Amino acid sequence: MSRKLLFEHIATPGIRGLEGYRANGGYRSVEKALRTMSPEAVLEEVKKSGLRGRGGAGFPTGLKWSFLAKPEGVPRYLVVNADESEPGTFKDRYLMERIPHMLIEGMITSSFAMGAHTSYIYIRGEYFCRPDHRTSDAEARAAGWLGKNILGSGFDHEIHVQVGAGAYICGEETALLESLEGKRGNPRIKPPFPAVMGLYNCPTVVNNVETIAAVVPIVNDGGEEYAKIGIGKSAGTKLISAGGNVKRPGVYEIDLGITCDEFINSDEYCGGVEGRAFKAVVPGGSSVPIIPYELFLKTATGESRLMTYESLADGGFATGTMMGSGGFYAYNDAQCIVRSTWNHARFYSHESCGQCSPCREGTGWMEKILHRLEHGEGRSEDIDLLWDVQRKIEGNTICPLGDAAAWPVASAIRHFRDEFEYHIRFPQKVKDPKHFEKEPFARNPKFATA
Amino acid sequence: MPKVTIDGVMIEVPEGTTILQAARMIGERNKADRHVVPPAMCYYTNLKTSGGYCRSCLVKVSKGSDRDPRPMPKPVASCRTNVMDGMEVQNTTSPELLDARKGVVEFLLINHPLDCPICDQAGECHLQDLSYENGTEASRYEFERRTFVPIDIGDTIKLHMTRCILCYRCVKVADQITDGRVHGVINRGDVSEISTYIQNAVDNDFSGNMIDVCPVGALTDRTFRFASRVWFTKPEDAHRSCERCSGRVVLWLKGNEVLRVTGRKDQWGEVKEFICNTCRFEKKDLADWKVEGPRHIDRHSVIGQGHYELETKQQLLKAPAPNVPELVRNKELKER
Ligand SMILES: Cc1cc2nc3c(=O)[nH]c(=O)nc-3n(C[C@H](O)[C@H](O)[C@H](O)COP(=O)(O)O)c2cc1C
Ligand code: SF4
Ligand code: SF4
Ligand code: FES
Repeated sequence: MSRKLLFEHIATPGIRGLEGYRANGGYRSVEKALRTMSPEAVLEEVKKSGLRGRGGAGFPTGLKWSFLAKPEGVPRYLVVNADESEPGTFKDRYLMERIPHMLIEGMITSSFAMGAHTSYIYIRGEYFCRPDHRTSDAEARAAGWLGKNILGSGFDHEIHVQVGAGAYICGEETALLESLEGKRGNPRIKPPFPAVMGLYNCPTVVNNVETIAAVVPIVNDGGEEYAKIGIGKSAGTKLISAGGNVKRPGVYEIDLGITCDEFINSDEYCGGVEGRAFKAVVPGGSSVPIIPYELFLKTATGESRLMTYESLADGGFATGTMMGSGGFYAYNDAQCIVRSTWNHARFYSHESCGQCSPCREGTGWMEKILHRLEHGEGRSEDIDLLWDVQRKIEGNTICPLGDAAAWPVASAIRHFRDEFEYHIRFPQKVKDPKHFEKEPFARNPKFATA
Repeated sequence: MPKVTIDGVMIEVPEGTTILQAARMIGERNKADRHVVPPAMCYYTNLKTSGGYCRSCLVKVSKGSDRDPRPMPKPVASCRTNVMDGMEVQNTTSPELLDARKGVVEFLLINHPLDCPICDQAGECHLQDLSYENGTEASRYEFERRTFVPIDIGDTIKLHMTRCILCYRCVKVADQITDGRVHGVINRGDVSEISTYIQNAVDNDFSGNMIDVCPVGALTDRTFRFASRVWFTKPEDAHRSCERCSGRVVLWLKGNEVLRVTGRKDQWGEVKEFICNTCRFEKKDLADWKVEGPRHIDRHSVIGQGHYELETKQQLLKAPAPNVPELVRNKELKER
């Protein structure tokens, strides 16, 4: 049974409002930090906790904060990335909807550590529809958790909520900053990094919602306590949003380090598959490589795979994948990998900002080739062409969206090449969109273990 | 001052120099070393924050610096990456890099109309040069290309969006040189387009420079359209006294008729002194100008045909050779 650090009170009645939140221990971390700790001490706890960015890249949070430049007389900003648009990922939304004050609490405590007096929530446009952070923000302000001289500590803090306009690319941290400044959401060319030149050219930290929320239990219970959960460099708990053909879709808080088998098959989490067999898994959102179910359970060397950053990546891209953002989805044997890959390619082509040529042109090209394959018009050279196009995008672009578009295509071909070949060999059969529902694809065992 | 080695050629450059600038310095120092210079389609020395978009200048950094000798994990845009002391860079000596660059060229061309036979830019088009020098013989792209209807940007500039490679140079001109930008990029991905919101005319004194910075035929001079192929015109350096700009231009003549006026491009294809619209569009009479003499044209350029220069001999000695594949091949032969 995983510990619940973020979700402890997720089902407690009244937790959405300030009163209920406070009654259940809310804002304790602000009291503790502002009354009894120095900013450096808070940073030290975050470092000790081993917390890593939960937005996808898994960068150590304490380290990121310590890079923040601190020139005299220049403001610093914390920006919370609540753009959550990665297909398959819906954990931040759940946290923000159910327990909105936790994010605000984490932002105040984190900003205190950074010496930031202003912070922003950049929230995905489509999420902006229910008891929102402006309400919670106003509640917190009325109760004195925001504003000037919070708790008499001399620390001032303001939070602003900015709503995005529906572009996935605005989740990339520098595109997000551009958008926040009111410009077209094009990723910036790095360096300089946001820690030195971020929002309005001032030092800025961009963190994911879950990352900032995790600061609350870290400060409350101490970084060491948090670091006790998990294995090695994968410390603490992680929110995973599970979807696809699992019996129990939903958002789960897991201890990092449980086995993949437990996560996908035990009734505490996904509960296995309904009626059919699992075929493939995408464990961390649409940008991470898809792997066959067998490889998800066991690494290429036959060890049990664990839900940790390291274990999921074991075997590199040949046989492994990535933790990513925690947008987990599984495919049963009625699903068509080619169709799904086409769907992903369509997404990335639509979401490319269009600044750099390999991504702008390459994503559209991949989409067209995959469309042709999936609709029974594929040619024998298409698979190799697709492989070459993704290879020429990967690593050659300004921002990681290019890589994110290339990896799903590469991994699908790597592990499910026979399914692509099937599409070329039996164009008539695949013209029926439900082709594998009627006749599950019998995979060549050669590809099952890669 | 940091020392950097590009394709085995070393140079010492001031702090803050980019790899591309360092490579150009090497090329200026000795024309036989011009193969170290990566092609650049979006970077423009005179335009701040330009570069980084087209990815044709990607290079491989095989050693980061003396302090941190690790290679960089991915190719980097040489126009936006500063040199470090002891850095080692591969431009034409890395087969993977050349392959990646082939990819970039192919990407730039998949949606390009290849209408060179009717394009005013033909003969002075950087995309033609880029694909000739770094591309493959044929494209593997067989889908329909995206198209746009050509639009007039004011009464002097024509936009053929189909030809645009989205290098953002004209956007930077609009931003930095002309006052009040009415021109930018709309939409995203492969349907992004240069637009002058609601076809607002770009109407100010220096807007014509967008034509000069455009590496392709996406922005062309409406006063010159279809008047002649550039290689049938004769370029002459000329000047006039102008209160807005330096007045130093190139006249493109047919007989004594001034067909076109442009800024002076250097050996890297960049205009160093931007000129005003009066000089560019309104002074089309030879009597308006003091002619200095024939403009030096690279002997590899198609514009050089039938073009005679007085000091040919001397200039040829100094003349730089372009970054042609032969040079690369010769170099490889030597190395073997
Ligand atoms: C195309 C793209 C989209 C992204 N979208 C998101 C997002 O929606 N939410 C998020 O937290 N991070 C997203 N990221 C990652 C951010 O760039 C950044 O790494 C992250 O917000 C840092 O926070 P963390 O260190 O707390 O993970 C995205 C990255 C890319 C390249
Ligand atoms: S990789 Fe794609 S999304 Fe990222 S900057 Fe380039 S074109 Fe834009
Ligand atoms: S119109 Fe020309 S200068 Fe402008 S972005 Fe397109 S190619 Fe570049
Ligand atoms: S010239 Fe460097 S990326 Fe275009």
